[in-house]
Order: sequence, then structure tokens, then C-alpha cells
Amino acid sequence: MTTTAPQLKTPATPRRARRHGVMGSAGLYLATSVAAFLFLVPFYLIVRNALMTDREITGEEWKFFPTDIQWGNITEPFDDTSVDFARSLWNSALVGTLHTVGTLLVCSLAGYGLARIPYRHANKVFYAVLVTLMVPTAVTFVPSFVLVSSLGWVDTYRGLIIPGLFSGFTCFLFRQYFLGFPKELEEAARVDGLGYWGAYWRVVVPNSLNFFAAMATITFISGWNSFLWPLVIGQDPSAWTVQVALSSYMTNQTVNFHLIFMATAISILPLVFVFLFLQRWLVQGIAQTGIKG
Amino acid sequence: MSTITRSGVSRPAPAKAPRGRSRRGLRGNPTANFWLFTGPFLIGLALFVYVPIGWSLWLSFFDARFTVTPSEFIGFENYQYMLTNDDFVGSLITFTVFAAFIVPTTWAFSLSLALLVNRLRFMQAFFRSVFFLPTAVSYVAAALIWKMSIFSGVRFGLMNTVLGWFGADGIAWLASPDPPWYWLVLVTVRLWLQAGFFMILFLAALQNIPQELYEAAAIDGAKRGRQTFWYITLPQLRATSTAVILLLLVQAYQAFDEFFNLLSNATWGRPPLVELYYIALGENQDYGAGSAGAMILTLLICVVTLLQGKFLGFGRGDESK
Repeated sequence: MTTTAPQLKTPATPRRARRHGVMGSAGLYLATSVAAFLFLVPFYLIVRNALMTDREITGEEWKFFPTDIQWGNITEPFDDTSVDFARSLWNSALVGTLHTVGTLLVCSLAGYGLARIPYRHANKVFYAVLVTLMVPTAVTFVPSFVLVSSLGWVDTYRGLIIPGLFSGFTCFLFRQYFLGFPKELEEAARVDGLGYWGAYWRVVVPNSLNFFAAMATITFISGWNSFLWPLVIGQDPSAWTVQVALSSYMTNQTVNFHLIFMATAISILPLVFVFLFLQRWLVQGIAQTGIKG
Repeated sequence: MSTITRSGVSRPAPAKAPRGRSRRGLRGNPTANFWLFTGPFLIGLALFVYVPIGWSLWLSFFDARFTVTPSEFIGFENYQYMLTNDDFVGSLITFTVFAAFIVPTTWAFSLSLALLVNRLRFMQAFFRSVFFLPTAVSYVAAALIWKMSIFSGVRFGLMNTVLGWFGADGIAWLASPDPPWYWLVLVTVRLWLQAGFFMILFLAALQNIPQELYEAAAIDGAKRGRQTFWYITLPQLRATSTAVILLLLVQAYQAFDEFFNLLSNATWGRPPLVELYYIALGENQDYGAGSAGAMILTLLICVVTLLQGKFLGFGRGDESK
């Protein structure tokens, strides 16, 4: 009820489509289906290769499906001693979760402060945040690494998580959102004797859960999928995230196709899960963040 | 709503007036609260964004190999080194070529997908999900699929298998820069990952175009299809298109993951961030030159952002609110 976002309406079916005729819509569905088929091929390949033996993958004849589905492949990435895959999954889960919680906490508070608490120099502070939007964090990974390494945070969870929490962009999005939050609700809370802090936690946050969910989904996905920073920080294999582990498979001396693709499948699984069950928030979050980016 | 009611009831009315006054001291003081809310974020921003950039600026004027606390001041030598370094300049050219391919392709492709999906009457949600699904996949995982399966240079790679069906020879997609097949690999992988995301943006914009415009055009005798597309749809999508193109450009500038993984042992096709990675974190650990490179890239992107703000006014609407 409090979202200001452009909601994606499902079929705003244009009236003009009706005049289209059978041939037209057949062509339309054909084109869309071909595109959809091509988009699904990579997913098919992951599953195919993950459940085959290497002999079938590299065989003379192309096989569309495994002759015998190798369910035993599922445990192989965990038994492999060259890369500690289980550890990397755990690292990713931990880092992704803490990254999401931390970013949301810090950036939402700041966004609210900038949007709603009157302060003489609030504009100057806001500009100090806006300036950082001009410089993508990826471009400054060398400076960040210099700082983090001199703090002694290389190969630590602190190093993986903390520098990424202070996203000027997320703060900016929260500020924009809170600018559109109905003032009346906060005023009612004020009348009830709550201060800024109390009003924020008891009224503003509970009424903004949709927006928080959208931001959380996006933040988690980008955290789970990020590669450059974990690669720079995780120099010791014990600090690798799952993306760094996947990357290391590609440069390994021995290539074990079914194992690599099974590991890839496992690494994508949590996100497919997020995708299937949280798609509403994801789409909403993208419609909100993308346009403003 | 329920929250308000509950807290209202739980506080007995007589106790409210005296307590309210004392509360005004800290809890109601806007300045104190402003810093309470923004403080943690601002401290972090200063420490992890401003300090590194400042430190790096300082480092870029020193001979800082294997150290971040150098003592030998060398002026602009690092900058001179970077700007005359063929690899670094070459990486900027690589980025330019990459952007010239990926930006128009992704723009046209995601717009086409949005136009297709928007016209579907059945299974619209299904197709939207299919095109959107790759957004969940990481660049690393996608690079792995592309490198090890689709564009694998060996006989059993998918593309080479398909070529084989037509009697053509297999191609070493990534192993050789001549002919530059690796561009096809790089562009398709990013296209697959990004098209769904931008399709969502275009879909949202398409659904915001007032239907009346099409009706009015129909009355005026405009032909459906090409005419309405060029004179109504495309102009109405201008703001979104501009935003999408700029986003694509900035993201191409930051490309790292797929280049690093697809061309891991190659000396060609390195975009700026990959080049920077090897300079600063490679064998030489040259933080001075690496910092100078980071400063140059930062400066370039700032110039682009400012120009964009100046010419297109993109984002200005938000600030004036």
C-alpha cells in the first residue's frame, strides 16, 4: 500500500492485438518460442552435463540426454579434494546474508535520515553521497584493496563483507522511496509520543516491507554473484566464495566436466529458488532500481 | 495501520504530556537524530569510499611496488607510464570495441523481447520468466557454460557439434585472436545475461504508454505496426532508452568477470579492469601504477557522467524533488 513503484501490470492486452489475425499471432508465438528456446539452452546444457559421465560428454556422438542419469554426480563436488566446494558454498551463504542484512540496515537508516529528518546541512550531506554514485565501486577496487589489506582484512569475512555495505546507490534508492512515504503515518506516530527512532521502527519499517523485500532480493543476488571483490580478497582457498571456486575449476589442470557442471548447477540453485518464489519482488526491485540507475 | 493503533492504546493518556516534553530533548531533536540515522552510513562511506580514493591518489604519485606506504615521490611518472603503456591504452580500445557491439545489440534485443512479450495474450508471464531467468545466473557460471560447453573449441562443444552437422570444421572460439571469434562469445554471454533485465525495464515503460495515443493514431489513419512504432512507441520510450543505453555503457566499462574467466590465459581482449587487476595484483604488485590507472578510469567515468547529466538531464528530476 505504500509502494510508489511502477507496478508491472499483467496483460494490459493491447486492443490492437485483436485485429492481428491468426497468422499474425502464430508468427508472434513462433518468434517468442524460438527466442525462449535459445534462452533455455544454457540451462539445459548445465543439467545435461551435470548428470552425464565424462565419457558421454566427450563422446564421438552428441547425446541429447544421458543414457543413465548419474545421480551420484551430485555429491562429487563435495568429495573433490582440489577445491573445497562445501566451504565456498558456506562462505557465499554467510557473506551473502550478512551483506544483505548489513546493507539494508545501514542504507535504509541513512536514506530515511536524508529524506525525512530536517537538518540544515542535509543537502550538503546528500551531495557527498551523490558524488560517490559517479564512481562505480568496481573501478576503485585497487584503492579499496590497498585499504583493506593494510587493515589486515585480506582472507577474512570482514574484508569480504564490510567494505561493500556502504552503497551510495542503495542509500539513494531508500531516500527516494522514503520521500514518497505518506507523512500522515509518521505524524500519527508523533502524536502517539514516538520519537524519530521509534516512529521509524514501529511505523515506517513495518509499512515498507514490500520495498525492503525488493531491495533484499536484489542485494542478495548481486552479493551471491559478485566475483571481482571476492577474487581480490579471497587469496587463500579457505576464503573463496562459490564464484571464485567456479572460476578456479576453469583453470585447473585436470578438467572434470560432470563435476564442474554439477558444481555450477548447485551454485545457481539457491538463486533459481529465490527467483521462483520472490520473483514479484525481484521484478519490482528492478523496475525501481533500473530506471533510476 | 495496526501498529499505530496498538502503540496508541498501550500508552495511557495522562502519562503522555510530561514524558513527551523530556523526550523532545534527545528523541525529538532533529539534528541529533539526523546524525543518529545517517552516522553509521557516513562513517562507512568516508572510510571505505573516500579514504581509499584519497590514499590511491597519493599512491599514484609514488613508486609503490609491493608496498602501500611508499617513500619515493615520482610525480606524474606513474600516469605517464600508464598512458604510454600499450596494454593499458589497448584495454581502453578493447572497451570501446566491446561497447560498440554490446550496447546497441542489447538495446535492440531487449526492446524486441519486450515488444514481443507485451503483445502476447496467453502465457505472457511464462515467457517473461524465461527471458528473465538468466538474470539470476552469475557472470562466472555463464562464462563457464560458454567456455566449457557452448563455445568450447573442442569437437564436443555445442557450436562445433552443430557446425559438424552441416559438415563445417570446428572453430577455436577462444584460443586465438585471429579471426576474432572471441567477440562473438563475449557478446552473446553478456546478451544472454542482461537482455531479460532490460526487457523488464522496457516492459514497464511500454505499459505506461497511454492507449489513447494508439487510438488517436488509428483515427488519423496511421498504419499499425511500422508507423505507430516509429511515431508513437519509440518516442514514448525515449527516457527509458536513454537510461538503458547509459546503464549498458557504464556496465560495459566495468566488465571484468566474463573477460577474466573466458580469456584467462589470453593476452588479448583485456578490458580496463582486467588490465588493472594484472598490474596491481599480478606479479609486480605495482600499486602506484595501478592507482594511477584507477584514477584515470575514475576521471573518465566522471566526465561521462557529467556530460550525460549536462546533455540529457538524466537524474536531475530526482534531485529537484
